[in-house]
Amino acid sequence: MADDTDGINGYDPSGFYCEIVGGGPDLPAPSKAVQKRIRQLQETDLMARSKAAEQELYNLGITFTVYTEKTAIDRILPFDVIPRVISAKEWDLLEAGIKQRVAVLNTFIHDIYHERRCIKDGIIPAHLVLGNKNYRESMIGLDPPGGVYVHICGTDLVRGSDGILRVLEDNARTPSGVSYVVENRHMMMRAFSDMAEDIGIRPVDDYGAKLHAALHDVAPEGVDDPQVVLLSPGVFNSAYFEHIFIAREMGVPLVEGRDLVIEEDKVYMRTTRGLAPVHVIYRRIDDDFLDPLAFREDSLLGVPGIMQAYAKGNVTLANAIGTGVADDKAIYAYMPRLIKYYFDEEAIIPNVETNICGEPEGLQYTLDNLKDLVVKPVGESGGYGIVIGPKASQDELDDIRAKLKDDPANFISQPMVSLSVCPTLIDGALEPRHVDLRPFCLTGKDSWVLPGGLTRVALKRGSIVVNSSQGGGSKDTWVLSE
Amino acid sequence: MLLLARYAESIFWMARYIERAENLARLIDVNASFARDDLTGGHNWDAIVRLNADEEQFSERYPRATPRAVVYFYTLDAENPTSIISSIASARENARALRPLISTEMWTHINMLHNRLKDMPAGPDHTLDVAKYCEIVKLGCQAHAGITEGTFYRDQGWYFYQIGKFLERADQVTRLLDVKYHALLPRVDDVGSPQDISQWNALLRSAAGYHAFRRVHPRTMTPRIVAEFMIRNNQFPRSVRCCIGELANLVTQLIVSFRLSRGEDVAVLIDGARHELEEFSIDDIIDFGMHEYLDRVQRDVASISSAMASAYFHNDDGK
Repeated sequence: MADDTDGINGYDPSGFYCEIVGGGPDLPAPSKAVQKRIRQLQETDLMARSKAAEQELYNLGITFTVYTEKTAIDRILPFDVIPRVISAKEWDLLEAGIKQRVAVLNTFIHDIYHERRCIKDGIIPAHLVLGNKNYRESMIGLDPPGGVYVHICGTDLVRGSDGILRVLEDNARTPSGVSYVVENRHMMMRAFSDMAEDIGIRPVDDYGAKLHAALHDVAPEGVDDPQVVLLSPGVFNSAYFEHIFIAREMGVPLVEGRDLVIEEDKVYMRTTRGLAPVHVIYRRIDDDFLDPLAFREDSLLGVPGIMQAYAKGNVTLANAIGTGVADDKAIYAYMPRLIKYYFDEEAIIPNVETNICGEPEGLQYTLDNLKDLVVKPVGESGGYGIVIGPKASQDELDDIRAKLKDDPANFISQPMVSLSVCPTLIDGALEPRHVDLRPFCLTGKDSWVLPGGLTRVALKRGSIVVNSSQGGGSKDTWVLSE
Repeated sequence: MLLLARYAESIFWMARYIERAENLARLIDVNASFARDDLTGGHNWDAIVRLNADEEQFSERYPRATPRAVVYFYTLDAENPTSIISSIASARENARALRPLISTEMWTHINMLHNRLKDMPAGPDHTLDVAKYCEIVKLGCQAHAGITEGTFYRDQGWYFYQIGKFLERADQVTRLLDVKYHALLPRVDDVGSPQDISQWNALLRSAAGYHAFRRVHPRTMTPRIVAEFMIRNNQFPRSVRCCIGELANLVTQLIVSFRLSRGEDVAVLIDGARHELEEFSIDDIIDFGMHEYLDRVQRDVASISSAMASAYFHNDDGK
């Protein structure tokens, strides 16, 4: 029957695993119904509808802001109309895997600021933890309300040509992008409601209520009806829209540092009636800028004295201070071992295979296979210092070889992952473009994973860089109900 | 429900800037029709520059108050803080800070209005379709008012919005009347001439009060009656008295329904202003001096505005 076939007319995933049509006979597609629907929609004017959808995003102000010297330009994250689809079965696995990952992050962070069993037992080298620039001495012995450190976690996943999703990175500080997950769905339902007709998709719009509930769970002891606020650096932050979105979805005030004041180690906000107590702060300001008395004293964004209020247990900060120690590349490599160590379990979602150059065999393997590997310095973020073996010149390879020998503990290496693709509307035709996935997990008393996540897509042909600053866009992510 | 002091301040100013933009659009629209009737052109536009005491700023940038220069200065000139585009941009900046609070429709509309005006071809030498531009601004501001009425949740924020709106409206009406009253006081030989009447018509029209005025005064139109209508009529929604009356009710609501007793100082000032409006007849005002009187109302408005700030926006003492 023609309606029950795999594939989309004129679309060729070029040998990569495709999130819509699958990866060949052994790796079936998540849904034949979605493929059929896309085939039907190819008959309509997808481009015109897609442009209308993007205009709507702009009008609604669902934008990030790019500042130049003279002007502020509001840009939308380009929105691609073809959704990314995840089967119910695969989602069950991902959900369990993400919860496991978040549980181990919380256990690990508690451990390093308390007993440090993982160091004493030789699971992880002390210098990776204690010498980490995101390690915060002020957290030693401090017990955050409810015992939770990472209330909001974003886990970056990539799928290779074997069809297996792997963790690329944990984001345990202030992961962003959830507003696009919800707004993309709204956009999709307004502009392309016919695409989703008769296809059961799990809803994403109770994220705000779930986040509020999680933060309510972890209010300071003795506070029954906590005042929750979202702390933003303000309108000049490029993620300001997301801050608005989350505050609105939770129904809580979006405050800036100047709205808060500390008196007798308690936090208050300035209202029309005077000062009013604040109990839980979802802060979208990095540790460094949060309290000029405790961290960077030149910060104008923070609240002087808030760290002291936190230490006294008078306020909950989400995420906790000092979680960044757990989400960098050096610690990432140890995550499968930490899961084994704390829980005696295997990682449900594997890491991308990672060689720890601080260990002799990892270093040797890296040096022997330099041309096929991606070498990453552990202390850097944002792609700085990464050497992609297959694309590097001989000089670059020689240079990284020398650095590896000189300071092996500063590096990890990974094989090149040939990222999966998804059909993407490019100049009116569907072409394969590489995608990743960032699901969001909330933790209060329990953990909950938003069904879906942010699918970022590299819009340039052949590119694997999905960042919005470098030509990335996003897609709606459908987790099928059955 | 608590309201952040910063939000209250932004709501208040968002409402003021929108009201300001609408009033300015009305004024320029009407003045443009004026200028077409009057071959000499110039003096009406000079008067507008005096409206906001902008003479200095204007003359620094433009050699002469030509119609085109004045229109550009007050419509699309983003470097003039009192232009329509600047008011709309300020309203938008406040709305942006208020996005967690105001309705999505309010934000979307104000954002689109700003984008539309911002993207218009502009420059002192560009000929603007003034009527069309003013129409866009007026309709935009009125749509904003309608969307706000229909979607903005009626907690404290709503009251701060309304207070900002009526305070600005009272201020703008006094400025409009002040400038026009003197420019239009008839020269002896003009009294009752067609041109004289048409100018008073235009003044009323720029405040959207012409038809209402005619219903109250079908046969006469003198400066005295027009001024009385615009200051003391208690049914005309842009009269000073109407605006001050609304303010009194709104502040009472804040104090009583929302238990924001810090507004007592504001209420005292508003009551004082209202009392004067009720006690002073138009003849008292003319005897006192129209300009002096309007100036006094403007100072009252400024005092009420700063009392609002110390009662609600910057009230850091105690809990």
